[in-house]
Amino acid sequence: MIFLENVVKRYNTRGGERTVLDCISLRVGKHEKLGILGRNGAGKSTLIRLVSGAELPTCGSIRREMSVSWPLAFSSAFQGSLTGLDNLRFICRVYGVTTEDKIGAVEEFSELGSYLYEPVKAYSSGMRARLAFAISMAVEFDCFLIDEVIAVGDARFHDKCHVELFEKRVDRAMIIVSHSPAYIRAHCDRVAVLSEGRLVSFDDIDEAFDHYAECPV
Amino acid sequence: MQKTNGIPLSHSFSIQRRVIGALLMREILTRYGRNNIGFLWLFVEPMIFTIGVTALWSVVKSMHNYHFPITAFAVTGYSSVLMWRNTVSYVNHSIKPNLSLLFHRNVRVIDVYFSRILLEITGVTISFVALCTLFSVIGWMWLPVDMFKVIGGWIMLAWFGASLALAVGTLSERSELVEKIWHPVSYLLFPLSGAAFMVDWLPPAAQKIILLLPMVHGLELMREGFFGTNVVRAHYDISYMAVVCLCLTFIGLAWTKEVVRNVGQE
Repeated sequence: MIFLENVVKRYNTRGGERTVLDCISLRVGKHEKLGILGRNGAGKSTLIRLVSGAELPTCGSIRREMSVSWPLAFSSAFQGSLTGLDNLRFICRVYGVTTEDKIGAVEEFSELGSYLYEPVKAYSSGMRARLAFAISMAVEFDCFLIDEVIAVGDARFHDKCHVELFEKRVDRAMIIVSHSPAYIRAHCDRVAVLSEGRLVSFDDIDEAFDHYAECPV
Repeated sequence: MQKTNGIPLSHSFSIQRRVIGALLMREILTRYGRNNIGFLWLFVEPMIFTIGVTALWSVVKSMHNYHFPITAFAVTGYSSVLMWRNTVSYVNHSIKPNLSLLFHRNVRVIDVYFSRILLEITGVTISFVALCTLFSVIGWMWLPVDMFKVIGGWIMLAWFGASLALAVGTLSERSELVEKIWHPVSYLLFPLSGAAFMVDWLPPAAQKIILLLPMVHGLELMREGFFGTNVVRAHYDISYMAVVCLCLTFIGLAWTKEVVRNVGQE
């Protein structure tokens, strides 16, 4: 389980303190697939970073009773001046898993060929996305955090991601944030809507979409 | 600062060691590259300086007929400067290029700082030991009289470098000005840090002022160990230096917490 209790996140901006998340409580169980809908700038990525532990809440508590991935945003979380292979090594070292047995799978999935041995900054955005996704799959987690999966890549890449995430890892928990109702509908069994710092949970997916449609932009 | 989430301390420690190890490998790769030529600069830079100073001094000596272990003097002086100057400039603004790595829960701001400080101190230490060995072998200098004092002085200088790097580095995340000001300040500190003189050579009034600078104490201790009390009269107060380092360490750690709170704002 993952528990969020009364989580508040504020940032200091030039215009004074801004509350991005205002007293959010949330529970995600094993195998559960939660979708979080929100407009651009609603705080979806902030929420995902807090759940992952990359950032700490201003107040409130976050408890993780299962292993949680980093936010799979498909482009960040990597180092441009290192090669793709060195990035894989880095991730494996940080998470304490062996590298050598992962190289084959990453090579195959990313389809980068010899580019795997070039610095990541020389990659196109599609190549970067393929590498990032391939490396993300090298470490196993109980819960995957997925941030805007559909932002990059072609149809073939989407199909491959779909197989890896939603077919091979169907038993895992997932938190998917997106502004696309269609994507959430296809993959989630519960939906919450994030708007103006507040999170409203719905058991019925259609009800959530109705609420989302009425949210101020 | 580390949200332990009920994880036992020994486990947290092993995670931190793993992360710092991974960051170290990453830093080594990006700094020195795969072909290892870059690594040589670690030695070449202080070596050029030391050889230059020794050459200049030899000219002066032939005129005055002094007897002074100049090579050892230059090696200790310049290495001590590298210890605090390089650590600080290497930690300054080190978060931005590593921001993407902070996406991983176990990679913390403090790990980035620790790995950079550790790498820099290790590099300077290796180059110092290598140069001392080299110059001893070719007969330009002698091995230290009191190794214990040399190591003690070196450790104090390393602590000073690390704590100053933490304090200035975290401050540099708050304002762009810090790095701009640090450059002239570090140039000013170079001649004042004792790299080119012994405190004993100064008039008593100047000694008092110069001894306010903490790195002078570590260097004096190290030189006393190198040359022995017969050759030099060293002035140092290690407890004063330790207090300054302790304060800088606390300030640095407290400000690191602030940096943690403010990362990911982009």
